[in-house]
Amino acid sequence: MADPSVTRDLSPFQEQWLQFRQSRSAVLGLFIVVLFFLLALFAPMIAPADPIAQNLEAQLTRPLHGGYLFGADDLGRDILSRILFGARISLLVGAISVSISLAIGGAVGLLSGYFGGLADLLVMRLIDIMLAFPSILLAIVICAAMGPSLQNAMIAIGVIGIPSIARIVRASVLAEKEMDYVTAERSLGASHLRLVFSAILPNCLAPLIVQATLAYAGAIISAAGLSFLGLGAQPPTPEWGFMVSSGMEYISTAWWVITFPGLAILVAVLGFNLLGDGLRDVLDPRMKE
Amino acid sequence: MGRYIAKRFLLVIPTILGVITLVFFLRFLSPGDPARLMLGERATPDAVRVLRAEWGLDRPKAEQYLVYMGKVLRLDLGRSYKNGDPVAQEILTRFPATVELSVVSMVIASVLGILAGVVAATRRNTVADFVAMVGSLVGVSVPIFWLGLILIIVFAVNLNLFPTGGRLDGRMLMVPITGFYTLDGLLYIFREHDFSYFLSALHHIILPAVALATVPLAVIARVTRSAMLEIMGQDYIRTARAKGLPERTVIWSHAFRNALLPVITIIGIEFGYNLAGTVLTETIFAWPGIGNWLYTAVLSRDYLAVQGGVAFVSIAFILINLLVDVMYAYVNPRIRY
Repeated sequence: MADPSVTRDLSPFQEQWLQFRQSRSAVLGLFIVVLFFLLALFAPMIAPADPIAQNLEAQLTRPLHGGYLFGADDLGRDILSRILFGARISLLVGAISVSISLAIGGAVGLLSGYFGGLADLLVMRLIDIMLAFPSILLAIVICAAMGPSLQNAMIAIGVIGIPSIARIVRASVLAEKEMDYVTAERSLGASHLRLVFSAILPNCLAPLIVQATLAYAGAIISAAGLSFLGLGAQPPTPEWGFMVSSGMEYISTAWWVITFPGLAILVAVLGFNLLGDGLRDVLDPRMKE
Repeated sequence: MGRYIAKRFLLVIPTILGVITLVFFLRFLSPGDPARLMLGERATPDAVRVLRAEWGLDRPKAEQYLVYMGKVLRLDLGRSYKNGDPVAQEILTRFPATVELSVVSMVIASVLGILAGVVAATRRNTVADFVAMVGSLVGVSVPIFWLGLILIIVFAVNLNLFPTGGRLDGRMLMVPITGFYTLDGLLYIFREHDFSYFLSALHHIILPAVALATVPLAVIARVTRSAMLEIMGQDYIRTARAKGLPERTVIWSHAFRNALLPVITIIGIEFGYNLAGTVLTETIFAWPGIGNWLYTAVLSRDYLAVQGGVAFVSIAFILINLLVDVMYAYVNPRIRY
């Protein structure tokens, strides 16, 4: 790059970043996502109150009253603080469940795409069956069988994300493994391991990153749904979906108890969806609508 | 064509068997024993043993599986662990409520989604396009259970325009004919010249149907927009305009007709998801459908009911997708397998 005769030689990353920046919605998505990560990280410093400390004198305080910006819930807990700490939970749930999907789905897709054969056939049949399930039902059944807890919800959401990741990875592996550069490496005596991880995998990353971002959005909303149904986070955890369900009793008297946590879910999920859409346009022009 | 359909049908059978098998074995993830769960902590070991034997839980897993599959093939889903009701019958009495809710919400989603998509595509890069596209992203990002509650707060509790839940006014007694209350209400108009049933059924279904319509509406709008954009750029559209046809004719009878294929496909796919995803909406609006019933079964850990309900809904989902595929092959002459 130091060669002065090449005036504007951008690396692929710089080129994609320029393209990404041109999409206002993608930048907005990135901004929201980064904002939520910062809020989650610094929640103990930003939050005005303890998220689980009850104050029975402040039960159902209206927003903007008594120092409660978003009001207080039925146990007098500060809703804003609960939302800030809730960001930690939702982002963590998203990260862990997407990691589960990526690790298992990625491994399955890589191996069955690379080696093919009977194992590939059987694995893909199983994947088809999982895809034939409406995913929210599968998550509910897994949670119901294993017992309600946030940890089991993460596992359930991770599991329902496996099939789509596995399919995407397998499809890219099938396309990549016939490429000349792979044949070249193979003829140089590269091992299977080396071929899979240093030749094929890096070239499958683009669709994988896009899918992982969109799956992150899906994981946050599914986890909130499971917790809302009582199958995820348990009290007194400040989980957004659970906060919405605990406000249901006060629906005719205290609208703020369910409104603000729901808005938090909406904005966070929107952020990841915007980011995923933007990344798709930049990274994977073939997947463009 | 015929061969393709036959092949698709045959492929569905192992998928359905696989789904039922998967649900069956998921039960063994559960740490507790259903018999002990039903009898409570203080039950004597003898009582638990008797109940386990009655339910066949003392048999080897493989045998339990074969027995269950044998029953399923005879359309017997067993009896609820909780109250002994036959599961298949419980499902069938609740299924019409779920189908009705799902169909009404898909009608709302399709009409509004297509309109929004066409408007966005024909007024590309205008405020209308921007609003439709941002709206559709918000639509796929909104948690349905929360949206449902907000609709209840605004339209039921505060404005008092709609009821908060249920399918019919509490004091009305309707003998179901089809099980779809809006249709039954229409029949009542002809039979008894009584409008109140129809209006009440309609009144009750609107809020939950709107909530359930959000996600499919957003998806249909996006797909319609991109299909229309692709077609509006083609030569024959320019020809149609050059002939001096009114823009409305160009859009609807020249462009939209050709955009229908992906739109119909996505409507079918979304219908499948929608039918299977009513749990949250039904719970919030006290809608007496399968989702609501399934949720109760999950909470009381009535696994035989859960198993039957999930298998039933999944099969409906698979069959809808099969129908979409077959229809797609039928409508699109370029696709032959």
